[in-house]
Amino acid sequence: MAKAAATRDEARGTFTPAPGAAPLRRMILAQSALETRMLLRNGEQLLLTVIIPTLLLVVFSSADLVDTGDGDRVDFLAPGLLALAVLSTAFTGQAIATGFERRYGVLKLLGSTPLPRWGLMVAKTACVLVVEILQVALLTAIAFGLGWSPHGNPVWVILLLLLGTAAFSGLGLLMAGTLRAEATLAGANLVFILLLLGGGVIVPLDKFPSGVEHTLALLPISALSDGLRDVLRDGSGLPLGDLAILAVWAVLGLGAAARFFRWE
Amino acid sequence: MDSSSPAVALTGLVKRYGDKTAVDGLSLTVERGRVTAVLGPNGAGKTSTIEICEGYRRADAGEVRVLDLDPVRDAAALRPRIGVMLQSGGVYSGARAEEMLRHVAKLHAHPLDVAMLIERLGLGSCGRTTYRRLSGGQQQRLALALAVVGRPELVFLDEPTAGLDPHARHATWDLVRELRADGVSVVLTTHLMDEAEKLADEVAIVDRGRVIASGSPEALCHDGAENSLRFSGPPGLDMGSLLNALPEGAKAFEVSRGAYRIEGEIDPQLLATVTSWCAQHGVMPERLTVERRSLEDVFMELTGRELRS
Repeated sequence: MAKAAATRDEARGTFTPAPGAAPLRRMILAQSALETRMLLRNGEQLLLTVIIPTLLLVVFSSADLVDTGDGDRVDFLAPGLLALAVLSTAFTGQAIATGFERRYGVLKLLGSTPLPRWGLMVAKTACVLVVEILQVALLTAIAFGLGWSPHGNPVWVILLLLLGTAAFSGLGLLMAGTLRAEATLAGANLVFILLLLGGGVIVPLDKFPSGVEHTLALLPISALSDGLRDVLRDGSGLPLGDLAILAVWAVLGLGAAARFFRWE
Repeated sequence: MDSSSPAVALTGLVKRYGDKTAVDGLSLTVERGRVTAVLGPNGAGKTSTIEICEGYRRADAGEVRVLDLDPVRDAAALRPRIGVMLQSGGVYSGARAEEMLRHVAKLHAHPLDVAMLIERLGLGSCGRTTYRRLSGGQQQRLALALAVVGRPELVFLDEPTAGLDPHARHATWDLVRELRADGVSVVLTTHLMDEAEKLADEVAIVDRGRVIASGSPEALCHDGAENSLRFSGPPGLDMGSLLNALPEGAKAFEVSRGAYRIEGEIDPQLLATVTSWCAQHGVMPERLTVERRSLEDVFMELTGRELRS
């Protein structure tokens, strides 16, 4: 057998080693772009992140299905559905996608490339933010079409959305990194529905008995929808209480995810 | 870069999962620029060993050096220099083959030409098909492409041809040979004897978490072992008479009714002796074959078991 072939001129071979990592910025940009493409290509994800919030906004604004209190229904609903959009992308969508990436060895394979793990997490966050920007733009445009008249300081809105994203990402990654992919799929959808119903998104929390209402108000979705509503509907200042709740969830969620996430 | 150190040096490696010991004091040295096959039955500890080298798992005991680095502690330095082919998966289910390959290429400083790699591995036919709809063979070839696209110094291939048809298997073997010719070190696991025999410069036979024999396939097959000559004929031939005609040290058996085996140094002289003995006794030796010991035989002799596949 011609196993002495290694003596061939190695400098000119196709496969002659030339190892090296790409610059970090290029790696993270490439990873962010790929993650975003994968998400936008996934029909179920689009249903969750685009179609459901849009449909809920249109249907519940147009028809008097739930008593949303004084004022235009859309002024109550638009902040709630912005909160739901963050929930759907940062939590449910990210948990399901990451759960299956873990299950199918995608995270494992990426772990053998020069892309550092924190770089992967930055890319995932960038992907979530890109999708959220698209969601916010779409929902805002539709809400304006339905007669929405928002108030308040947009900086507080952005702050709320970012902290909400951090809180939901932590919880989503915690789920994806510890449970089986199927359990994550079922669990993340269930949580989505429960938080949709009991998080002040469509149904005002004051419809619940007061004990229940105070507990529900501590959920991250309630803090986010309530904070957004305070600013956008009522024009109030910095919603400290809601930001504090979101910050606690963000620290707990991201901390637990960092501690317990298993890559395969 | 110190290229005199071995590609992989494992000493006394131990890996336990609960109370099950998967790797039990395994030692192995892989030289650079060679193809090394880690051969053993399923469950022998091959994948655990490879995954420790890749930095996916920590050893419970023992020493691991890969390209003179610690795969866990020096992961950031090591990762760009190695290529990993997983046994399965590794690709977004909604990604296309070329898309994933281009992506992993972008993570490296001097990647291979993706179009060339697609052509070489016959992945062009995948087109716009997403990963989950590719055939098993296509997924396998994509995994191989992903392992080499970053132009690594060392590649780990875990069962690279499992489930491939013969044509695709040969394409994979050709690629591995070319990697070696271009100076890439290759470590592959397999439970296929012929793969190890035909492809590897060095074979490490692993059983129950330890290397039980290692060396070139030729050395393993010849080491202390005798080859054999087989033929069929009428039952009940006089083995004593045949043995008298044979040189000192040879053995002759009727293995089963009418099936004969002669063991010893099988050279042209011995072959001539056997055929002339047959001629004298009016026996036509049918299905006369000289058999080299195969790795399969070596494995059986070492473990008393067949390689399960």
